[in-house]
Amino acid sequence: MKILVCIKQVPDMESRFRPNGEKTWYDESDLAFRMNEYDEYAVEQAVQLKEQLGGEPEITVLSIGPERTVEAIKKALAMGGDRAVHIRDDRHYQKDPWQIASMIASYAKGEGFDLIFTGMQSQDRGSAQVGVIVAELLGLSCATTLVGFSYDGGTITVKRELEGGIKGVAKLKLPALVTCQLGLNTPRYPTLPNIMKAKKKEIASLTPAELSGEAELTATAAIYPPAKKGGGLVLEGEIGVQVDRLMGILKEKTAVLR
Amino acid sequence: MKALLIGEYRQGKLLDTTYELKAFADRLGADSVMLLVGSEAELPKYDGRLYLADAGAYGEYNPDLHKQLVLQAVEKEKPDCVVFVHSSYGWDLAPRVAVALKAGQVSEIVALNEGAYEVNACNAKLRRTVTPRSGRCVLTIQAGAFSPSGEPQGTPQLERLELSGAPSGIDFVGYEAAEQKGVDLSKAEVIVSAGRGVGKKDNVPVIAALADALGGELGASRPVVDAGWVDHSHQVGTTGQTVSPKLYVACGISGAIQHLAGMKKADFIVAINKDKDAPIGEIADVLVVADVMQFVPAFTARCAR
Repeated sequence: MKILVCIKQVPDMESRFRPNGEKTWYDESDLAFRMNEYDEYAVEQAVQLKEQLGGEPEITVLSIGPERTVEAIKKALAMGGDRAVHIRDDRHYQKDPWQIASMIASYAKGEGFDLIFTGMQSQDRGSAQVGVIVAELLGLSCATTLVGFSYDGGTITVKRELEGGIKGVAKLKLPALVTCQLGLNTPRYPTLPNIMKAKKKEIASLTPAELSGEAELTATAAIYPPAKKGGGLVLEGEIGVQVDRLMGILKEKTAVLR
Repeated sequence: MKALLIGEYRQGKLLDTTYELKAFADRLGADSVMLLVGSEAELPKYDGRLYLADAGAYGEYNPDLHKQLVLQAVEKEKPDCVVFVHSSYGWDLAPRVAVALKAGQVSEIVALNEGAYEVNACNAKLRRTVTPRSGRCVLTIQAGAFSPSGEPQGTPQLERLELSGAPSGIDFVGYEAAEQKGVDLSKAEVIVSAGRGVGKKDNVPVIAALADALGGELGASRPVVDAGWVDHSHQVGTTGQTVSPKLYVACGISGAIQHLAGMKKADFIVAINKDKDAPIGEIADVLVVADVMQFVPAFTARCAR
């Protein structure tokens, strides 16, 4: 079995964000990058399946991005990926989901993957499109928002998270692509020996020019901090003073404290 | 401008979010037609043409078949845009339709801006204006962002849609209900919720103690539940419970859209967060800029006095 896991490197969402000079994306300086959280669940699920099948499947990790992306790739390899493909693209942030998915599909086309895992969305762009588009371009069955996954004899059973705590259960025959939601599993931390082993694993490098290029179907016209609605009171300063002030406000404005 | 609106139906019921599609089309100034894979017994109030396909025949979740039905309606109506709610149904189906039409998709629209669409980025810390470059486009709207202005009215003119033997790679088995055990937060007057900012599982009792002192219940955001610090029955948000207490205290919760959707109807919202720019500050009546683990014990002690 051949498995592909698509991951993205994104900034820590606790960061402060400001637009870049072109006003097309955020300024990357001073940001700390990590693997997209949803993708950690995707990598973990692939590795668990490999373990279930006695180590037979080969797991390829794919990521698109600039030089720094290698760090996220190395983490996925240390979690249990076998090999990786890095599509080096400094202009990745200017590409829309259609272009990103087209690059992935262009790579995957001849490789004959039986199963592809992706996160359900990236934390920075959050469009939740790339995985599904890849599936459509490759003609694979696809299910999104997985909080449950099991494999048995060429068929996968998935649980999709729906609104209000309900789950939808479906079966898909391979080849298939699934997108992973938070809570699907518990992503492992790479151990030191596995981090050392990962250093020896192959990371093939491709350029966008080696893959089929598509024109964008949507464009970012502008990016900006949202207008502050304000209105709320901000309490800063010494804890004791904050406690006193909040106490006073709650007594005045709510019937909860008397 | 003409919009094809894709309604939603689940477990035999029309979903109310369907009405937000019409509200969005009105805001766009677009004429609309609707498509629903549902049942004649559960039709939306809608003053227009409605393409109805039978959920009994095509399933409530079968995106391969539903895609074909949407494409049939697109063929008949030639709309400028196809609009979904950004829900587990919409985000699953919309990109499939977009690829088939080779149309650009704009996901989770929160506002309109002079003909362009506004969407959030980076946990709502930035906002993007996106313009489709394809003639026809696919749009998904954020649930709750476009509320109907009045009571929906009208009786739709039905047109039936049918497929002839299209294959599907997905076999829908059924639904699994939410677990019924645990707390019913919907009736709580005070909810004190723990977010990722509490740091670790061992710190959760500190938040629970404040809930106790205020005579309320413990709530939680999704990451805290996923990490196993708090049981799922306490989860507030799109995939947890929707609440409307008199007082909601959000401890170390940054304010992801899905969480805000579950608690923004609270009468009074207090957020405690060391990040002054956290999105929760946008809807909080009071934002206490402090370390949760320093502030909460001090506040609990004061309440208990």
